[in-house]
Amino acid sequence: MNLRRASWLALAIPITVALAACSSSSSSSSSSSAPASSAPASSAPASSSAPASSAPASSLKTGLNVYVVPKQLGQSYFTTADSQNSGGAIAAISSLGSTGTETSGTAATPAAQIPAIQAAIAKGANALVVSATDPTALCPTLQSAMKKGIAVVTYDSDAPTCRSLFINQASTAQIGTSEVDILAKELNGTGQIAIVSAAASATNQNAWIGYMKQELKKYPKMSLVATVYGNDDATVSTQVTQGLLQQYPNLKGIISPTTVGIAAAAAVLDTAKYRGKVMLTGLGTPDSMKKFVSDGTVKAFELWNPADLGYLAGYAAIELASGKITGAQGQSFTAGKLGSYTIGADNTVLLGPPYVFDASNINKFNF
Amino acid sequence: MNNLAERLRGAARWETGLALVVIAVLIAGSSASPHFLTGGNLFNVGLSNGEIAIMTLPLTLIVISGEIDLSVASILGMASALLGVLWKDGWPMPAVFITVAIVGLAAGAVNGLLVTRLGLPSLAVTIGTLALYRGIATILLGPNTVASFPTAYTNLGVNGVPGTGGDVTYSTLIFVVLAVIFGVVLHATTAGRSIYAMGASAEAAQFAGIRVKRIKTVLYMVSGLVCSLAGVLYTFRLNTAVQNNGLGLELDVVAIVLLAGVSIFGGKGTVIGVVLAVLAFAGIQNALFLTNFNQEASGIVTGALLLASVFVPNAARWLRYLPQKIRPRKISPQEIGPQET
Repeated sequence: MNLRRASWLALAIPITVALAACSSSSSSSSSSSAPASSAPASSAPASSSAPASSAPASSLKTGLNVYVVPKQLGQSYFTTADSQNSGGAIAAISSLGSTGTETSGTAATPAAQIPAIQAAIAKGANALVVSATDPTALCPTLQSAMKKGIAVVTYDSDAPTCRSLFINQASTAQIGTSEVDILAKELNGTGQIAIVSAAASATNQNAWIGYMKQELKKYPKMSLVATVYGNDDATVSTQVTQGLLQQYPNLKGIISPTTVGIAAAAAVLDTAKYRGKVMLTGLGTPDSMKKFVSDGTVKAFELWNPADLGYLAGYAAIELASGKITGAQGQSFTAGKLGSYTIGADNTVLLGPPYVFDASNINKFNF
Repeated sequence: MNNLAERLRGAARWETGLALVVIAVLIAGSSASPHFLTGGNLFNVGLSNGEIAIMTLPLTLIVISGEIDLSVASILGMASALLGVLWKDGWPMPAVFITVAIVGLAAGAVNGLLVTRLGLPSLAVTIGTLALYRGIATILLGPNTVASFPTAYTNLGVNGVPGTGGDVTYSTLIFVVLAVIFGVVLHATTAGRSIYAMGASAEAAQFAGIRVKRIKTVLYMVSGLVCSLAGVLYTFRLNTAVQNNGLGLELDVVAIVLLAGVSIFGGKGTVIGVVLAVLAFAGIQNALFLTNFNQEASGIVTGALLLASVFVPNAARWLRYLPQKIRPRKISPQEIGPQET
C-alpha cells in the first residue's frame, strides 16, 4: 500500500517541478525580448508609453506585449512569418522596442487556437497578431480582446468582423486568377484539372478557389473535376493527391494553393509516370519546391515572402496599439524596411502582388 | 458484494493519488501564473474543455462495462454538421435539436447493436464508425461553413451561467449535472452494479441474469446522445458548423478516462476519478498556456502523464514483487530431478 502511495508522489512531484520551472523562466523558444537599447521589457507593459526619442518611429509606444498567434505551431511557413531570425513579426516588434511572443495550438483548428488567444489576453497582451483558423469561430474571443482595448490585427487568414486591420499577403483575386493563368499556359488551356486545398473551412483557401472558378470561365476547354482537402497535413495531402490521380486518369493539372499541399502533391507527381504529364502549380515555399523545379516536375509556382507579411503585421500591430492608426481606410503608415502602406477597403493592407518562382529565380530564395 | 466493496476501496486509493495531482497542479499553476486561479480563467478552461469533459462520462461507463467507444468525437462532428445543415435549411431550432438528438441516439445504437448483437469487437466497430460518422459529417456540409446561428445560442460561448458571476460556462454546468447523474447511476443503482459485473466478466454476468447486451446497447445510445449534445455546445461556442469540428478529440477523451483509473479491461473505475482526471488534464493544459511553455511540447506532458497513469499502479505491484525477482531462486532437488531421469 505504501509503495503505491509513494509511486503517486513520484508522479506528482515532477509535474509540480515542471510547472514551477515554467514560472521562473517564463519563456518559450519563440519569444524574444526587446533589444537592450530600448525600454526594458520587464517594465509594466500596459502603462509604459514613454516615447523613445532616439528611435526613428518616435511616437510609437515601447514595452508593449504583442502575442503572435499563427494558425498552428511548428509549420515552417508560420515560423518564417513570425520569428526574429527570419525577420518576421517578432523581429518588427522587437525592433520597435516591444516584446513579441509566438503562441498557438498544435493543430490548425479554432478549438486549439482559442485557448492560446485566451491565455494571451489573460497574460495582459497589448496587441494580438492572428492568422485565423476560422472566419467566425474566433470572433467571441477576439471581440472580448478588443473590448479590453487590445489591438487585433489578422494576417495570412482573416476574421473579417472581429479585428481592426487585416494584413493581406496578396489580393485574393490576383492569387486565384494568376494560378489558373499559370496552369492554363502550361496546358495550352486544355484538360481536366483539380484542386488540392487545405482545410475545408479555411477562409483564404475558399476565397482563392472562388476566384479560380471565375477565371476558369476564360478557358472553356479546361474543366475543374474535383476539389480535395489535405488539411495542411503532408500525409493526408499525399493520400488525396494519389486518390485524384487514380480517380481521374485523364487529369492534366493540379492547383494546390497551400504550401503543405503543393509539396505533397509534387512528391506524388515526381515519378516517371506523371512528371511532365500532370502539371502542378499553386502556393509553395522555395525551399520545399527547389527539388521539384530543378527536376522538371513543377515549372512555376507563386508565393509572397511570409517574413515580410509577418513584419508588416507586427509593425501594424504596434502602430495600432500606439493609437497612431485606427485601421480606417485611407490612413497610412511606414513599416520600416518595407516602406509606406495605405489602408484600403475593408480595413485591409495589401502586402503586394504574388511573386512567381521558376527555374530562373528559385535559387535566390531561402525560406 | 464483498468483492465489489474491495474493488471500490482499491479505486478510492487511486482517486486519492489523483486528488494529490490536482492539488499539485493547482499549487504549481497558481504560483506559475497570477492569472491561473481567476474567475475569467475558470471560464476559459471550462469553455475549451467542456465538451471533452462531458464526453468522458458515458465513455467511462462503457469502458467499465468492458467495451470502448472511439467514435465519440465523430458523433460530435456529425451532430455539429447536422445542426448546421438543418439550421441553414430554415428548420426551427427545437426541431433541429430533436433531430440531432435522435441521430445521436441512432449513431450510438448502431455502435451498440454491432457490438452486442453481431458480437464484433468494440475497438474495431468504433474505429469503423469513427471514420463513418466523420464521413457523414463531410457529406452533409462539404467544404461549407455555417456560421449564422442566432446570438441567443452562440452567447453560450461568450457569457457564463447567470448567478455565477459569469465565471462558469454552460458546458461546465452541464458537466457537473451529468457527473452527478452518472455517478448516482453507476455507484448507487442495480444497473451500475451490473455494469461493473459485466466488465469483470461478461459471461458470469450473463449467467447471473444480467441483460449484458441490452445494457451495453443502452450505454452506447447514451454515449451517442451525450456526444451529440456536446456537438451542439461545440457548434454554438465556436459559432461554426464545419465538417472537421472536434477532429481528434476522442484521444483526449480516452486519455482522461484512462487517467481517471478506469481499467481499459473493464470492471474498475469511478465517476469521481473521472471528474478529478478532467480537472488535472484541463489544469495542466491551461497552466502550460499561461506560462509561455513551448506549446509544441505540451503533447509530451499530457502523453507522459497518461503513460504514468498506466505505469504507476503496475509499478507499485512490480516493486512489491521485485525482491522476490531479484533474490536468486533456490532450486530444490525435486525440481531438477524429473528432468534428469
